[in-house]
Amino acid sequence: MADAPKLVNITVDGKPVAAPAGTLLIEACKTVGIEVPSFCYYPNLSLQGACRMCLVRVEKMPKLQTACTTGITEGMVVVTDSDEIRQARKSMVEMLLGNHPLDCPVCDAGGECELQDMTFSYGAAESKFIELKQHRDEQQWSPVVYFDRPRCILCYRCVRVCGEGMDVWALGVDNRGAVSTIVPNKQDHLECEECGMCIDICPVGALTSGAYRYKTRPWEMKHVGTTCTHCADGCKTTLGVRRSDTGMEIVRGDNRDKSGINGDFLCIKGRYAFDFANNEDRLTQPLIRKGGRLVPATWEEAFEFVGRRFKEVLDREGGRAIGVIGSTRTTNEENYLLQKFARVALGTNNIDHHRTADFPAFAAALHGKSGATASMRDVYNASAILLIGNDPTEEHPLLAWQIRNNVRLHNARLYVVNSRPIKLRRQAASFTQVTSETDFTEFLGGDESLASFATREGWNAVRDKLRAEQGLVIIFGSEIFGEDIQALARFAASVPGAKLLCLGDYANSRGAADMGLYPDLLPGYFPVSGAGKFHQEWKITPAAPGMNIGQMFEATKTGQLKALYVIGANPVGRLNVNPSTLKNTFVVVQDMFLTETAALADVVLPAANAYEKAGTFTNTCGDIQILKKAGEVTTAKPDFEMIVRIADAIGFDVRKLVPFGHGVHADMGQSRGAQSGEADQHAVWLEANGLEPKMSPFDPVATLDEIQRLVPGYDVSRTELLAGNDQHTSIAAMGPGTVQNPELIVPAKNNLFSSGTLGRYSRTLNSVIENKDPEPADAVPTD
Amino acid sequence: MATLVSHPDEVRIVSKRFGQGATKIDRYLELDGYKAVRKALGMQPDAIINEVKNSGLRGRGGAGFNTGLKWSFVPKQSVKPKYILCNGDESEPGTCKDRLIFEEDPHSVIEGVIIAGLAVGASSGYIYIRGEYRYLLEIMQKAIADAYAKGFLGKNIFGSGRDFEVYWHGGAGAYEVGEESALMESLEGKRGVPRIRPPFPAVVGLWGGPTVINNAETLASVPPIILAGAEWFANLGTPKNGGTRLFCLSGHVNKPGVYELPMGYNLKKMIYEVGGGIPNGRKLKAVVPGGSSCPLLTAEEIDLPMDFDTLMKAGSMLGSGGVVMVDDSTCMVKFALRIMKFYQHESCGWCIPCREGTDWLDKTLTRFHSGGGIRKDIDNIQYLSENMLGRTFCPLGDAAALPTISIVKKFRKEFEDHLEGRPCPFEKKGTVEQLPVFA
Ligand SMILES: Cc1cc2nc3c(=O)[nH]c(=O)nc-3n(C[C@H](O)[C@H](O)[C@H](O)COP(=O)(O)O)c2cc1C
Ligand code: SF4
Ligand code: SF4
Ligand code: SF4
Ligand code: FES
Repeated sequence: MADAPKLVNITVDGKPVAAPAGTLLIEACKTVGIEVPSFCYYPNLSLQGACRMCLVRVEKMPKLQTACTTGITEGMVVVTDSDEIRQARKSMVEMLLGNHPLDCPVCDAGGECELQDMTFSYGAAESKFIELKQHRDEQQWSPVVYFDRPRCILCYRCVRVCGEGMDVWALGVDNRGAVSTIVPNKQDHLECEECGMCIDICPVGALTSGAYRYKTRPWEMKHVGTTCTHCADGCKTTLGVRRSDTGMEIVRGDNRDKSGINGDFLCIKGRYAFDFANNEDRLTQPLIRKGGRLVPATWEEAFEFVGRRFKEVLDREGGRAIGVIGSTRTTNEENYLLQKFARVALGTNNIDHHRTADFPAFAAALHGKSGATASMRDVYNASAILLIGNDPTEEHPLLAWQIRNNVRLHNARLYVVNSRPIKLRRQAASFTQVTSETDFTEFLGGDESLASFATREGWNAVRDKLRAEQGLVIIFGSEIFGEDIQALARFAASVPGAKLLCLGDYANSRGAADMGLYPDLLPGYFPVSGAGKFHQEWKITPAAPGMNIGQMFEATKTGQLKALYVIGANPVGRLNVNPSTLKNTFVVVQDMFLTETAALADVVLPAANAYEKAGTFTNTCGDIQILKKAGEVTTAKPDFEMIVRIADAIGFDVRKLVPFGHGVHADMGQSRGAQSGEADQHAVWLEANGLEPKMSPFDPVATLDEIQRLVPGYDVSRTELLAGNDQHTSIAAMGPGTVQNPELIVPAKNNLFSSGTLGRYSRTLNSVIENKDPEPADAVPTD
Repeated sequence: MATLVSHPDEVRIVSKRFGQGATKIDRYLELDGYKAVRKALGMQPDAIINEVKNSGLRGRGGAGFNTGLKWSFVPKQSVKPKYILCNGDESEPGTCKDRLIFEEDPHSVIEGVIIAGLAVGASSGYIYIRGEYRYLLEIMQKAIADAYAKGFLGKNIFGSGRDFEVYWHGGAGAYEVGEESALMESLEGKRGVPRIRPPFPAVVGLWGGPTVINNAETLASVPPIILAGAEWFANLGTPKNGGTRLFCLSGHVNKPGVYELPMGYNLKKMIYEVGGGIPNGRKLKAVVPGGSSCPLLTAEEIDLPMDFDTLMKAGSMLGSGGVVMVDDSTCMVKFALRIMKFYQHESCGWCIPCREGTDWLDKTLTRFHSGGGIRKDIDNIQYLSENMLGRTFCPLGDAAALPTISIVKKFRKEFEDHLEGRPCPFEKKGTVEQLPVFA
């Protein structure tokens, strides 16, 4: 780490300001609350000096200077507001408006437009312009990107964020002078990652989103800050919500709140693929199979039926005849509740989920090694990164953004080891191509000391460089599992300050693992045999490991498994299960859509998705974040509620499942939740009024309490959580984990434009995929 | 090929070989060619820089910065290679002198580039020639090839043990790439828009290396200075304005052409004696003293010596040597419009005030000149120009604003004569398309 740069003292509008040498004047001004207006300046993008809005007077300089390009120097005296400066800014706005269409009433950006704001501030109210304006017709560049040249103020933010930020370079400038125009790389259309960063960063309504345009005025939306439900990176996203016939409809995803781990970033899925929620194929009522066909039923009918049938199996054969499959997209609270339901209410350890990473082995490798895991923020700040396997650009877009921008802005060194020439090699200081899975093992070196790594010289050189790094973050994909993770952890231990990051694939893959959706592991990777405090708390816990997913489907064939309870997962589709093998199994599925699994079920319960409920998610790094309820479909229920209702229908005392009335968290109840989803408002209000927040068995807060009490590493600050801040949970503090059968780990293989079942039902993703080269059908994965 | 002109008052230094067949390298050698660089090879770099500094040679590209001083800003040590850049983008309306140098004496530029390289420790140079001057490229290409063939360029030049490479580059047709930083962008194969300064080219220039960029005439003036000395050159001109300069006389003048006159030569004399006065018995109305970017002088303001400092004091600029005479048959509104059309077309569009300001002014002046003007347009033209001035990213915005401001101030009455739907008083009836009056 370099020494802290020395401070430089300047005076701005009479106020003394001290900032590190090299700070831009515009940033130095911010530190004392002086905002210098700007269009083209954007933090962390290259400087332009193009809009001339930031002109200020610097003593001894003959002309006004641009605060966005001027570095501070000792003793600098600056005036940021005077008649002369206001006039300069006013005239800039006037000149811009000269060719601007002023179609604010029909512009998506109206109300959120920096040009409007600037006009408001600098009062260019008198129109001097009576000439014809430069005109160009609007263009559609992709299913999601539209461009209206007349509104463009040529700030070049879009060009830079696409090139410098995304490393896509899909936008450029064509022509010159007043007819200059932003153009896509393929003349009339975009071939890019469709992240929409250009739209987000556009200060005006020149770039608009195909998913959002003309849907609403911004001030008619409620803005709910929550966490993306697609990949495992956990971007903070703000959903714009409007009332609709069936509840609350999400009409926009963006990242207006840049405080999240993703800063400015959202990928195509976070930005547009909330639309699965409004897909017409969405299940709207409970279905019960009668006479071989799924027919609509009432909720009460359905719960009663499921409870009765589960009870029958329990009474006849006990919990071992029931299997439970959880989800990688349900909340931590739901996952915790589900495994507790299985273990306590059903008395079975037959519980599993779609595993995309070997988190138990990761827990085993890091057990007791605190500080050895990297958060998403660490990836942006690490001085060096080793990336083994995976293709983050496709599978972990935020992670790729963090890596790329760390390299660009902080000169971090990136070492890539992969079997494919992944795009991130463009940022890499070294790229080691391995040819097979065993190569990965070899690269890591099987032996304890790692002093005599395998033979290949280039590899040794890379390993030597890595060992000399300080603050190395080692990121690995599902190519590394089992014993290899141990080897990697040993290697990390030989590099001072190294941290590890294990990549799972779905939004709450990590949460599902941490919450114990395993037949042999309890929450926090404690073996079921040594239930300890869980046993004390729950009283009953079966001690023998249960069946994993594969074993469960085998057991349906032999008739051992009489009932299967599937939540938010599609194992039938994913594992290609032969429908006839489920003939004699009572299958209950909670899902949004009639997936391959739901289509075979005896009871299908329409579920709410992660945008429609409150709770928490843990991203693949172990950063826990809050989900706030944004959308709502009145015909669906959260999984949490359904699990409780089914427990109740079995005749189980739900107080033993949801410990409402238990545990106290004194740090709850600050006011940030006020703009959040309803459930949180409820919790905040209760707390503000000194009431116990856990009044309802459907309120996940009670379960969060229990998680925070019983799962080591999850005892993060509730205040921070409610405030929407990410907090890192350490897997090192958790249980001992295990080394698992690697065959159970199946990567999701989602790319930028796919997202399992959710992706299949996103109109936007599908339209983007249709516009690209068609991919083979089997490349579109299921959950 | 240009027709050469001459006048007894001329002092031929840069133009000494014009008309002598000096494009041929052997002829150039007969006429003292490549003598200066041989001498410079025996000099310390600082000595070369001091010689040029003391000669009072100031940049002929327009800004008039002391050339030796500019060279002295180049750091002695540099990790990145240093470069010499010859700016031959000559696109300023009224200026046409570099063209003659390339056409008549290309080796003098090459020699100037090598000497500049020796002075600052660069071992390569680029000669960038305006896109429209494609026919001159061939001459330059041949000159460079001949110099290589003689061992004056390449490895071990003149047997000195030093290496020096010279490359040529053709522009693609943009006035803006004459601006030094835009020229570097263009040379690097990018869009011709200027760069943020600081850092200045002397420190971070072409491909990030320290770079000296000089006008072709500036560089062609260097060999004579090296041969005959700083004092001799300085004494040719006025204080701080050393030597001679190629003045390009054009417009309403009897004997247009490029004349080499000492710095500080009286403008009135230049117009009436060297240029032979105004044709057809007409009267002089205004003069553009140094290319289209300069504020105009009225006929009453011309009795002054043509050097950088005097012109500055007179509220104009010596600029790039393009002296354009405007007679009393000319409509100054149309003149302002013609200038603005040029800048509107040439604005690179990078910054708001120039891109939008020139476009707006062009539209307003077009309407105004064709009889569609309203009174507040006159103030608006001035308002726009004044609000562009000093606030644009590069000086092109100023170049558009300055002449416009001077024309509105000095010839406001002509604007008023166009008001209320009156046709242009200078045009024959019906030659200007009448646009509707906006109210
Ligand atoms: C818009 C614009 C156009 C310019 N065009 C030219 C040009 O064509 N030739 C030139 O030598 N300098 C031109 N200049 C000046 C250059 O930026 C630079 O000052 C000059 O090349 C430096 O050389 P000198 O010191 O020898 O004059 C131009 C400047 C501006 C702002
Ligand atoms: S499209 Fe938007 S972001 Fe891009 S240059 Fe224009 S105004 Fe700026
Ligand atoms: S990177 Fe992942 S978490 Fe972020 S927006 Fe995209 S899918 Fe969502
Ligand atoms: S003043 Fe601005 S728009 Fe004009 S040429 Fe210079 S940078 Fe380009
Ligand atoms: S913000 Fe400084 S010029 Fe645009």
